[in-house]
Amino acid sequence: MSTILLIEQILNGLQFGVMLFLMAAGLTLIFGVMGLINLAHGALYMVGAFAAASMAAWTGSFTLALIAALVAAAMFGALIELTVIRRLYKRDHLDQVLATFALILVFSEATRWVFGSFPLFLDMPDALSGTVMLPGGIEYSKYRLTIIIIGLLVALGLFLLIARTRVGMRIRAGENDREMIGALGVDISILYTMVFALGAALAGLSGALVGAIQSVEVGMGEPVLILAFVVIVIGGIGSIKGALAGAILVGLTDTLGRTLLPVLFSTFMDASAATTIGSALASMLIYILMAGVLIFKPTGLFGSA
Amino acid sequence: MADPVLAVHNISKSFGALKASDNVSLDLMPGEVHALIGPNGAGKSTLIKQIAGGLTPDEGRVELLGRDVTGLSTAARAQAGLSRTFQISALAMGYTPLENVMLGAVGQSGGVFRFFRPVMKDKMLLERAWQALKRVGLEENAHAMTSELSHGQRRQLEVAVALTLQPKAFIMDEPMAGMGAEGSKRLTDFLHTLKEEAPILLVEHDMDAVFALADRISVLVYGKIIATGSVDDIRNHPEVRTAYLGEEDAA
Amino acid sequence: MIRERYINAVILALMVIISIAALWMDEPFTITLATKAVILALAAVGLNLALGQGGLVSFGHAAYFGVGGYAMGILASHAQNYTPLMEVPFLIEGTNQMPVIWLVAVVASALLALVIGALSLRTSGVYFIMVTLAFGQMLYYFAISWPAYGGEDGLSIYVRNEFPGLNTLVPIQFFGLCFAVLCVVLFMVHRLNQSPFGLALMGAHQNEERARTVGINVTRLRLVAFVISGAITGLAGALFADLNRFVSPVMFDWHTSGQIMIFIILGGVARLCGPLAGASLYIILEHYLGGLSEYWQIYLGLILLFVVLFAKGGIVGGLARKEVRHG
Repeated sequence: MSTILLIEQILNGLQFGVMLFLMAAGLTLIFGVMGLINLAHGALYMVGAFAAASMAAWTGSFTLALIAALVAAAMFGALIELTVIRRLYKRDHLDQVLATFALILVFSEATRWVFGSFPLFLDMPDALSGTVMLPGGIEYSKYRLTIIIIGLLVALGLFLLIARTRVGMRIRAGENDREMIGALGVDISILYTMVFALGAALAGLSGALVGAIQSVEVGMGEPVLILAFVVIVIGGIGSIKGALAGAILVGLTDTLGRTLLPVLFSTFMDASAATTIGSALASMLIYILMAGVLIFKPTGLFGSA
Repeated sequence: MADPVLAVHNISKSFGALKASDNVSLDLMPGEVHALIGPNGAGKSTLIKQIAGGLTPDEGRVELLGRDVTGLSTAARAQAGLSRTFQISALAMGYTPLENVMLGAVGQSGGVFRFFRPVMKDKMLLERAWQALKRVGLEENAHAMTSELSHGQRRQLEVAVALTLQPKAFIMDEPMAGMGAEGSKRLTDFLHTLKEEAPILLVEHDMDAVFALADRISVLVYGKIIATGSVDDIRNHPEVRTAYLGEEDAA
Repeated sequence: MIRERYINAVILALMVIISIAALWMDEPFTITLATKAVILALAAVGLNLALGQGGLVSFGHAAYFGVGGYAMGILASHAQNYTPLMEVPFLIEGTNQMPVIWLVAVVASALLALVIGALSLRTSGVYFIMVTLAFGQMLYYFAISWPAYGGEDGLSIYVRNEFPGLNTLVPIQFFGLCFAVLCVVLFMVHRLNQSPFGLALMGAHQNEERARTVGINVTRLRLVAFVISGAITGLAGALFADLNRFVSPVMFDWHTSGQIMIFIILGGVARLCGPLAGASLYIILEHYLGGLSEYWQIYLGLILLFVVLFAKGGIVGGLARKEVRHG
């Protein structure tokens, strides 16, 4: 395998990782601040993608499509927070899992009802289609590169938000001590709704960005949700830094595993067996990674006990 | 002189810059009540955890009947004969008091992995459980719901569960906490007889109880034992008076 | 309010009465639905042991359900094609005998539960939920990408496997067999709940620290419960595959894990017959709501939300008198 192809795969892995980060960041933030496990996060990813696809079909503008994704996901996020989620903060994790699983059923079926079962398509903007020449003579998709940059900018923005702003300070206070933040006179329910809507918006953005590479369909958020869980387990719950590290690690492992394992196996077995075994093993690779982290650090790379 | 039942040798434990336990040594002799006192934040809970399990010291070791138990889990230490009670009652709230003491009896018997015979018909375990309840005077509440017991009754149940372990040594973390004067008095009398069965390491805030019960007292301040001695020694110890009793008087 | 044991008796009797009535009225489809409810209930009885009694919220029980299903699929497909399962180092042939398939399903899912449980029990709380979910998905993707047994398309078995002395293709006979298995397992779980093991397991659920301080190795206790739980769900998987005469990766899907959990919450967490009540209600909803609307899962979602938010305790919890023993 050539170096150029390898670098391209690394970039793909990075792009995948960055997308996972957008999902995992919201999940880990919501867990860190409110102590809630939210399975419906994948539904918000789907809402973002559908909103973007509809807006793009209507106006033809990709920028408007992204804005629609952010707004729609944030709105739906705030809506479910106000109606359902806030009743769950004090409940045990089983209730949270079941209630948010119920939300998935409602969201998925409602989307199928409105949009039908056929996938929608979201075209990437002309300005970002095609490839760009990177230093070293590597040709790479402009759009994917843009995703990487957007993802890293969001990561930077989140770090700044949490480290530098008043809202961030409240978020950190909330993580440490939920009682204290109430005592500070902060209206905690507004903060919670805001954090939830922020996480939802990130998921929606992620769904819209990926929607232009893959098809937009019901259930698209679920595989991503579970990968985001793997990311959080690896990175440590509640840690944005852990979410970023875990996401990149998972993105790279998965992408490179799928490319490299069949190649690696073909060096000592026949081609079809190598493809079979290689890709079967590649599909399990990130879970094996997760198991490895669990053995050595059950609270994740950046998690506290 | 007899060998100590429980011996703590030079335990140290730090959390970052904070030295929670600073070269602590103490022992528990047969038949005695050894009280551990000290102001809030002195590191009593941290020390108890290192002795009873749940926290591993950075340095030093804990010996039970001459056997090093420092590396053992909480469960293994309990099996070895260490029985602790908690400051805040740690009980199975959805169980009856009888079920709670049965849990202790089952744990101590080591027969957890028995899957078919009803536990509540096991004569041997039941006898031990009932005996423990009777000794703390809870037999009439045996079938109530634990969550409906009064605070004082929960403290009694906490002690009863410890009894079912038939331990070599007790570690009791503020057993009188929140008890009324009468209950406190009754428990004090009971512990007085209990220490003949197995010595008691007692963490307690109630100084009247400590002075009434303790054969020896150790004073822990900022993670260090600043004095160990008889009740009179400690009463008259100048350092203790300023560091600890002085504070009590002022408060 | 009523004693739980009477409710259990009524639930079990209802299953029998419905099936015999269906036989009388020549409605084999109703018998098949009842069989499905019984098998899904068995899967949930398995999960209930971990989740209800043990407090271990496993979101990956589809793994054991699927392994049970594939144990049946793989053994039966080799039997129907007359090809051995493996020849080296020694010959293993396929089989179409249910008792053998069940044994393989139980052992395989128990072993899997042992590995997954040992890893997952290093964590607790939310981590545990996410880790079990992830391991379940791992098997799902493996089943999809492994082409030998049908890959994504799954595997069809043309004739239902055999049980000595029965004609399993007759719906009422297969129902009877599944119902008998469920009753045997329920009896065993009932005894387990009363045993020292059950006391310790539920005690550790209510107060882990307390269980440790009385000398109970809580991790090992939970691992054993997890293995038994996985084995029961695996047995249900083998029966489910035989009901459909078909296995596919869908059995491994996380929606399957979610469904098994839903049976428990609808019926009543930690209740002996909660899973049966819940699975039956689910089948009824699926049948009738599914007949009303293609999008019946919206209503299922709303009902589930209602139960979680406002009607905790489920069917059995709503009817039974005594508060169940757990924290």
